[in-house]
Amino acid sequence: MDVDLVTRIASHPKYQELKAKRTRFGWWLTLAMMVVYYGFILLVAFNKPFLSQRLGDGVMTVGIPVGFGVIVFTVIITAYYVRRANSEFDDLTDTIRKAVLK
Amino acid sequence: MSRLTLRMSTPVRQMLTLAALAGVSLATWSAGADLGQAVKQATNWTAIGMFGVFVIFTLFITKWAAAKTKSASDFYTAGGGITGFQNGLAIAGDYMSAASFLGISAAVMASGFDGLIYSIGFLVGWPVITFLMAERLRNLGKFTFADVAAFRFEQAPVRIFAASGTLVVVAFYLIAQMVGAGQLIKLLFGLEYWIAVVIVGGLMMVYVLFGGMTATTWVQIIKAIMLLGGASFMAFMVLLHFGFSPEAMFAGAVKIKTDLALKDGKIAEAAATVGQSIMGPGNFVKDPVSAISFGMALMFGTAGLPHILMRFFTVPSAKAARTSVMWATGWIGYFYLLTFIIGFGAITFVLTNPQFLDAKGGLLGGGNMAAIHLANAVGGNVFLGFISAVAFATILAVVAGLTLSGASAVSHDLYATVIKKGNADSKAELGVSRITTVALGVVAVALGIAFEKQNIAFMVSLAFAIAASANFPVLFMSVLWKDCTTKGAVIGGFLGLISSVALTVVSPSVWEVTLGNPKGSALFPYTSPALFSMTIAFVGIWLFSILDKSARAKTDRAGFLAQQVRSETGIGASGASGH
Repeated sequence: MDVDLVTRIASHPKYQELKAKRTRFGWWLTLAMMVVYYGFILLVAFNKPFLSQRLGDGVMTVGIPVGFGVIVFTVIITAYYVRRANSEFDDLTDTIRKAVLK
Repeated sequence: MSRLTLRMSTPVRQMLTLAALAGVSLATWSAGADLGQAVKQATNWTAIGMFGVFVIFTLFITKWAAAKTKSASDFYTAGGGITGFQNGLAIAGDYMSAASFLGISAAVMASGFDGLIYSIGFLVGWPVITFLMAERLRNLGKFTFADVAAFRFEQAPVRIFAASGTLVVVAFYLIAQMVGAGQLIKLLFGLEYWIAVVIVGGLMMVYVLFGGMTATTWVQIIKAIMLLGGASFMAFMVLLHFGFSPEAMFAGAVKIKTDLALKDGKIAEAAATVGQSIMGPGNFVKDPVSAISFGMALMFGTAGLPHILMRFFTVPSAKAARTSVMWATGWIGYFYLLTFIIGFGAITFVLTNPQFLDAKGGLLGGGNMAAIHLANAVGGNVFLGFISAVAFATILAVVAGLTLSGASAVSHDLYATVIKKGNADSKAELGVSRITTVALGVVAVALGIAFEKQNIAFMVSLAFAIAASANFPVLFMSVLWKDCTTKGAVIGGFLGLISSVALTVVSPSVWEVTLGNPKGSALFPYTSPALFSMTIAFVGIWLFSILDKSARAKTDRAGFLAQQVRSETGIGASGASGH
């Protein structure tokens, strides 16, 4: 890629928008994932009784839905990012591509 | 320690403490050390027959793939023509090892909830890859992750580092898989250990040598479908038995664990506590530092595994790269939910059936046979044969991916870029890949046989720790931090690589368990080095970058804008329009 093209893309407002939006979105979701996972690990490390307490009269404990919840959360948050990236971010990218590659 | 089979007479608590001491490598028990005393079983012709069908089928695929593998690009990335959905399945096939299938279901059977904690750790790296790495990797790279790490840097030093990181990770991962294969096949098929290792090494060479990435991808896809299908059937049969009521399944398991504790001579109250203990966290997480450190190794290690990163270059666009991680995460998450149900199913179907138990109440063939015996219990001998064949196919798919990645590091990073300075012709490069494949195959078989009697429980966790401490920091900083320089990346990366290996050697799992030094003599008390070695790597990269005042550093920093533009938009990306 030549220097001229790089400068043209870098100064394009849509590029600035794409970069800012995606970076912010990616970091927020990363933070959310870290909070959920390390929160779970710290709960396991420091508050075992909380996870072991029973829900209702049966043997079911708080820990089982929490653990399954972390797995489901991981899958959903990934799908959420990909959905937005594959529509909104890709549209922005296409706009930039069309504008600079004439 | 991990030589112990999970006898039910062994108190669960004691077993878990031992597990924590041993580097928490529950999964590697299965593939490695726990099968260390695997007794050779009677030859299982059903299993061998089913595996034979798989092999013949995959060899036909290899023949088809070989006709398509003409250039280096075909060899490394299947010409970039894999779709997002296919690649998602292939990534899942590359990542779900026999160790996680047998090891995690066995851990769930032994200790319930703790097995879930372990499997969650193996899943949480995927969103991080998706949010920060996947599309940027696709936009910047061509064949290996070194293409990305070295994008704006001086090629030779960064490539040498990346190839070292790749080969070290691949070596440890490969040894663990080979030893696991030998033990597992001895157990499931009734073949000699060395024969099993030679078969795995031989087939893996054939796939990679002739079919390159195309054959490897399809072997991984077929294996993923077989594994997901087989595990789904088992989980379905277990749930069917309990009328699809999780409460009934858990209650049944708790009752069996309670009865077993009573039989062990516990008083009623204590037995009830033991029974209920499978529903909550036990001693898997011993101290918070180890827990966090191990969690970091798994989370960031996934984003630094060379054979996984390489898969992002097999798809045509950043969009397809994202789609593939989405599918991969979905399949892998689903798979871990299944292993949890399978583990609980094993408590009900396996632990109560004398057919699967030895005189002392332990599982026939060792603790990791939980899923295998369950297959027999819910699907009979034919399904048992199928699951055994799946376990073998699983190992093959993983080792093929590892070998391909190691071969690419040598031929693309070292030969074509460092030695030939980027002027190697495609044919010669392909030749080097093939020679390396053969060399890696021979070395893997030799090491697999040499390590037969060794306790290698630490090796997979070590591979993750190195990937998290060497490959990931360099990749991350080179892509996202504008002031990163060649010197910073190389010095910091090597510091991470060396410190993660060194800290593992002086940790209890290697120093005491494998090397046999007295208990308590290990210098590093935690189960995983990642928290410390990742810090060393990041600080090293940062420090040596800001101190770097060379002319090269100026060029490195000046190159950031062009790199960023390409990583964000994909404009100028390799193969963006080519296929």
